[in-house]
Amino acid sequence: MPMTSSRDGFAAFLHDRLIPIGTVLLGILMLWYVFTVVLNAPFERDQAARADTEISTTQLITNTMMQKRPILPAPHQVAVEIWETTVEKKITSKRSLIYHTWVTLSSTLLGFAMGTGLGILLAVGIVHSRVLDKSLMPWIITSQTIPILAIAPMVIVVLNAIGISGLLPKAVISMYLSFFPVAVGMEKGLRSPEVMHLDLMHTYNASRSQVFWKLRWPASVPFLFTSMKVAVAISLVGAIVGELPTGASAGLGARLLSGSYYGQTIQIWSALIAASLLAAALVMVIDLIGRSVTRRMGMAA
Amino acid sequence: MEQQTVIQTQNLDLTFKTNDGPVHALKGIDLSIERGEFVSFIGPSGCGKTTLLRVIADLEKPTGGTIEVNGMTPEEARKKRAYGYVFQAAALYPWRTIGANIALPLEVMGIEKAKREELVKKNLELVNLDGFANKFPWQLSGGMQQRASIARALSFDPDMLLMDEPFGALDEIVRDYLNEQLLDLWAKTKKTVVFVTHSIPEAVFLSTKIVVMSPRPGRIHEIIDCDLGDNRTLDIRETPRFIEIAHQVREGLKLGHADDE
Repeated sequence: MPMTSSRDGFAAFLHDRLIPIGTVLLGILMLWYVFTVVLNAPFERDQAARADTEISTTQLITNTMMQKRPILPAPHQVAVEIWETTVEKKITSKRSLIYHTWVTLSSTLLGFAMGTGLGILLAVGIVHSRVLDKSLMPWIITSQTIPILAIAPMVIVVLNAIGISGLLPKAVISMYLSFFPVAVGMEKGLRSPEVMHLDLMHTYNASRSQVFWKLRWPASVPFLFTSMKVAVAISLVGAIVGELPTGASAGLGARLLSGSYYGQTIQIWSALIAASLLAAALVMVIDLIGRSVTRRMGMAA
Repeated sequence: MEQQTVIQTQNLDLTFKTNDGPVHALKGIDLSIERGEFVSFIGPSGCGKTTLLRVIADLEKPTGGTIEVNGMTPEEARKKRAYGYVFQAAALYPWRTIGANIALPLEVMGIEKAKREELVKKNLELVNLDGFANKFPWQLSGGMQQRASIARALSFDPDMLLMDEPFGALDEIVRDYLNEQLLDLWAKTKKTVVFVTHSIPEAVFLSTKIVVMSPRPGRIHEIIDCDLGDNRTLDIRETPRFIEIAHQVREGLKLGHADDE
């Protein structure tokens, strides 16, 4: 599809993306600073009262942004922490955020792949069999009403008991979350062909597998990528949740946990930011792949 | 040419079960269509003309009476790929190029690649779309898309072409042009065409036989021979004979409605 924008690439990017997104980001940062001051000020006032000294407002505000264990760290403190734990640390170091991100990413991707595969299989079964349609769908929906925090420890414990540990248990939790949007999205996608398109296949006396491969499957591709975008983001959530109950020593979940044990709020926040950046990047990658696939299939996105 | 009946129905009935009770879509249809004829079903909406076509194509099952297509049941005829079906919309698969769309029935039928390519090329030429094989459907106009869908219906060389208001969604200029092309195609391929329309001029211009239908329940009101000869051009629509037949069809449609009141 030709671009209809009259602006050239960069100007359009500046106008359509950078300025609106930048404005929101700026707003968030300003709010963040306000809350940093408000939330951290009581501690500073307390300190000053204990030391029996007066503290000027300027000093108070400056101090709230320099605490070692603030209630809410200032954005620049988080930024410095992220810088120090990514650029200034070796990737192999246990304190490197990149190392921890990689640990979480690997189980996210494995769980996402397993979840997508399972979701597609379930959808194919549901669409092709009335029995599965009636019997499976309620269970699929029920599975998602149980809080993952309740299931995660059991999955880890049970899998550990049969000698499976490390990457796979976390991936299983990711899969448990991510198969759902794929199953639901693909069920809709595989049923999306118009009656006329199906009638056409009927007039050719096409077999069920021909109808599937030549019609249902290609028609469902846009639905697949939409549901995969949701699935990859919750796969990450699953992987992080999976790192919590074991007290895992590596991964973003482990960073969150150890941060909260030792009151390292800056570490918690930098892990949170890393997790959200990772999620955004994963969704973007799926989106790009989806766009290029649909464009190559001739279905202008 | 030797007369040969390709479609024969006797007292054909079809009642749909709906939530509002049964709908009598077809009642007592007696019809025979000979090889090489161009037969139009015309009538107001709800007269069952599309339903009748779908029964012939085995897309609907009748609830009474008999129907034979090429001396077989419609299902057997469908399985022997006796007909190509053209829908109201082009119904091209958007992820396939025009060439790949035309090759679709050939793929389903397991025809090898080289032969497929040859047939695609031949049928694209037949509908004057040579050079568009690698375009996607959205890159073509509505009229061109419908021509591509006709090429798709013809690609496996069926005896019959079943067309359900194929030009209904197109504007009149494009429709005139496609009507001429269709007649040309019919003359070249000698196929039996069954054509559903709600346009009187279109029916009279194209057909050798016009089946006038009336609604509630859908039935045949009158069958009119349309003896305008071969090699028709659009000018024929000004001739007295054309106007006479068109008048007869219009009267038939009116009467069909009248005995409904």
